[in-house]
Amino acid sequence: MPPEGIALGTLAFMRTYPWRRIDPVPWTPLAKPLAECRVALVSSAATMLPGDDPFDYSGKAGDPTFRLIPSGTDPQTLVETHPSSSFDHSGMAEDMNVAFPLDRIRELAESGRIGGVAPRHVSFEGYLPAPGRLRKETAPEAARLLAEDGVDVALLFPV
Amino acid sequence: MSLVAAALEREGISTVCVHPVRFVAERMRAPRSLLVPFPLGYPLGRPNDPALQRDVIEAMLAMLEDQALTAPALVEFPAENGW
Repeated sequence: MPPEGIALGTLAFMRTYPWRRIDPVPWTPLAKPLAECRVALVSSAATMLPGDDPFDYSGKAGDPTFRLIPSGTDPQTLVETHPSSSFDHSGMAEDMNVAFPLDRIRELAESGRIGGVAPRHVSFEGYLPAPGRLRKETAPEAARLLAEDGVDVALLFPV
Repeated sequence: MSLVAAALEREGISTVCVHPVRFVAERMRAPRSLLVPFPLGYPLGRPNDPALQRDVIEAMLAMLEDQALTAPALVEFPAENGW
């Protein structure tokens, strides 16, 4: 049975797309309690601040670059610029926490469940038929930036 | 997203990645995947439902704390919490 809500064309694409198998699977166990961990968000919804450079959707390979979202941002001011028609964008338009839960992780920091919110978060655009540059260049670059910020945990939310 | 998760883990950052589709999660093998019963475009579920959004994040945090998990770890968010 097809997963609910996925159009047949999208599902056919997903079934035939050569998903890159991660092997070996890297594994970083938590080094300390979550109450001491700094947490960052990573999105593939192409969310950005108004005025950020738009992603370039003109090429076949997709745009492997990313945008940084400062922690103090009100999620409702973010612009979602993912071009895909294969998913419903209206939920994010109504409540950006559906895909970029800045309000929720702030609450978790205030309650002490996590140690703190990272100063910067990362936004990619998820339409990448040829993810070579993402894998070799931009994903490692984003990871280095978060590591420099002292991030312990990243939560990833693809759309 | 799974490829980004792998890059983050290689930098010493622990990750959990939401996945809406099981076979994609199984093929890509992100270090820790939480399978959610929500449509594409809704990784944390219903808009304006902070309780459900918190439950999803809590399920992700629980995966980080579960020392019995091994790579690649795939956990299902309870379907009764879908909509």
